[in-house]
Amino acid sequence: MTQTWILLGASSSMGRAFARKAATMGAHVVLAARDKDDLARTASDCTARGAASATPVVFDARDPKTFGAIYKAAKKNEGIINAAVFVGSMAPQDDVDADPNIGDFTIQDNFTGPANFLHGLAPIMEERKDGTVLGIGSVAGDRGRIGNYTYGSAKAGFHTYLSGLRNRLNRSGGHVVTVKPGFVDTAMTWGIEGMFLVASPDQIADDLWTAHEKKKNTLYTPWFWRYIMAIIKSIPEPIFKKLSV
Amino acid sequence: MSWKTDTLTGWGRVLSGTAQIARPEKPSSIARVMSDTPAPAIGAQRSYGDAAINTDGKAVDMNRLDRFISFDAKTGVLEAEAGVSITQMLETFAPQGWMPTVMPGTGFATIGGCIANDVHGKNHHGVGTFGQHVLSIELIGVDGKTKVVTPRKNKALYEATIGGLGQTGIIVSAKLQLTECSSRLIQVDERRANNLAEFMQMLKDSTATYCVGWIDGTANGQSLGRGILEEAELTKSNMAPKLRKSRKVPFNAPSFALSPPTVRAFNRMYFNRVPATGRGVLRSLEDFFFPLDKIHDWNKLYGKRGFHQFQCVLPDDTAERTLREMLRLIADAGLASPLAVLKRTGPGRAGPMSFTMEGFTLALDFPNSAKSVALVEKLNELTTEAGGRIYFAKDSLATAAQAKQMYPELAAWQKTVKTADPKGRFKTDLVRRLKLRESK
Repeated sequence: MTQTWILLGASSSMGRAFARKAATMGAHVVLAARDKDDLARTASDCTARGAASATPVVFDARDPKTFGAIYKAAKKNEGIINAAVFVGSMAPQDDVDADPNIGDFTIQDNFTGPANFLHGLAPIMEERKDGTVLGIGSVAGDRGRIGNYTYGSAKAGFHTYLSGLRNRLNRSGGHVVTVKPGFVDTAMTWGIEGMFLVASPDQIADDLWTAHEKKKNTLYTPWFWRYIMAIIKSIPEPIFKKLSV
Repeated sequence: MSWKTDTLTGWGRVLSGTAQIARPEKPSSIARVMSDTPAPAIGAQRSYGDAAINTDGKAVDMNRLDRFISFDAKTGVLEAEAGVSITQMLETFAPQGWMPTVMPGTGFATIGGCIANDVHGKNHHGVGTFGQHVLSIELIGVDGKTKVVTPRKNKALYEATIGGLGQTGIIVSAKLQLTECSSRLIQVDERRANNLAEFMQMLKDSTATYCVGWIDGTANGQSLGRGILEEAELTKSNMAPKLRKSRKVPFNAPSFALSPPTVRAFNRMYFNRVPATGRGVLRSLEDFFFPLDKIHDWNKLYGKRGFHQFQCVLPDDTAERTLREMLRLIADAGLASPLAVLKRTGPGRAGPMSFTMEGFTLALDFPNSAKSVALVEKLNELTTEAGGRIYFAKDSLATAAQAKQMYPELAAWQKTVKTADPKGRFKTDLVRRLKLRESK
């Protein structure tokens, strides 16, 4: 039966790439993001590419009132409901240092917003007894570093939430993949210096689809980031605290 | 809007320049770019010379605006953002029975680029250029305002935009008329042409929908201008096409890879591969239309010095004489690569700056060297004398005087462009090199 995919952050480059992937597979897509006009265009793109249906819904990670409409749009379709969470923001650490309140937004956008959304979705997925959650974390969540530790800690919180949700949904036949992308060529990283081994959003989307099919628990994408992060995690703290990697 | 400093390089890898690049993901952010610094748009950067280079300036990368806006499966009218590639259209709509009416030699080219260069395909003699199937264009001007340009509402601007090298504004999206295709396979008949006269006659006589010739740039004497004619028709076959996996050229090839003896040997083999009696083969649309797309970064085969592509179109009355002279020069120089094409062109063109005219078009690649620069310059001269034209999408060596002579409607185009972009904010290296926006 045709599956449904909820795409949280469907306007991001990774969200768009994955929406296309799901569309070419013939899925129903529920596209959630802030910019309604632009979402409508992504929706028509998905329809042209073969989606069973494409529904744009306005979503703001900082506004829980927007969550209900998304659940409702997904529940309209019968069968399996999946969700892929691409929302997030990365305020430069300097900005957060200048105004600590910005840190709250970073945590809301990357952690509490999407986590609360998924918490509302969990009972629906349990009822349908199946479905995958692809939660986009970050390699930045693996260890706090001077360059972006507010963002990193929000992602780390999200990782932990996803691991708990995996534990929970496993009982009813659902599954959760914790995704940790490395550098991806998106608007967020455009023009930032020091990027290397940058992956395209389409590459990430293909990896995500495979991880969903194979029910992986944790996905580093591209794959070599698992090893890069293994090294970074293994550096003893007395040394690490002096580094700026 | 954030700008990224990067190098823009023509596909021929001879010309390049550093520029600051913005890459909007929503049409609404283009207006923001314009209020910051109006800059020319770039697409897949598949033009060979400097059409998509703006040295020490800025550019707007359109590749992330690549969504389909609407498609009518009854009429075949598609509206899509400018960054959508030809391959994307073919892959998405061929299974639904529709394909782009005009497809250039690479599927990586974007809609915006195809319009800005008014590209043509293997069916030019029948259907004309890409621009002739563009129903409307959404254009963002220097002022950041969006205009819908159609042949009815603003004819001059519409025509100046097609083949207009991005000088009228940023093409954001366009409505295109697609063509019906009954299957994803195409029947290709291949025949040998033993010399130029025979080849030209075969091209003229061909009634095939798609028609293209491979020409042996190393053959001389009796065999001068020999080659293989490919005539193709869409089939009704239901068979799934066998798609080959793409491969990548990982590094710059050494210079002997395309040295004269290698090319001569290759060309002889390539010619003899088709039996003297001809043969018919069934190919996937992708393989027939974009033969080189399966080899990613094939431009690296020419090594780190890059290459020049020469493409001219010649009117019927001077074509044979000029082609003979050109091919003799090319064969004597022994510089040609195996990539060489001879094609018949029809009268179809969409704008004053469109390349095509009724006659014949010849395209050849030459590995970059002082000798090949001199040869291409000579070929450019011959083209000018013969009343022909050089294709801006390929050129890196023509002169301003030649451009002016080849494009007699230049002045009319300049007038429209001047109104659209009075301060010359959309100029590119090509436009400056060929002084396309200077009236004298």
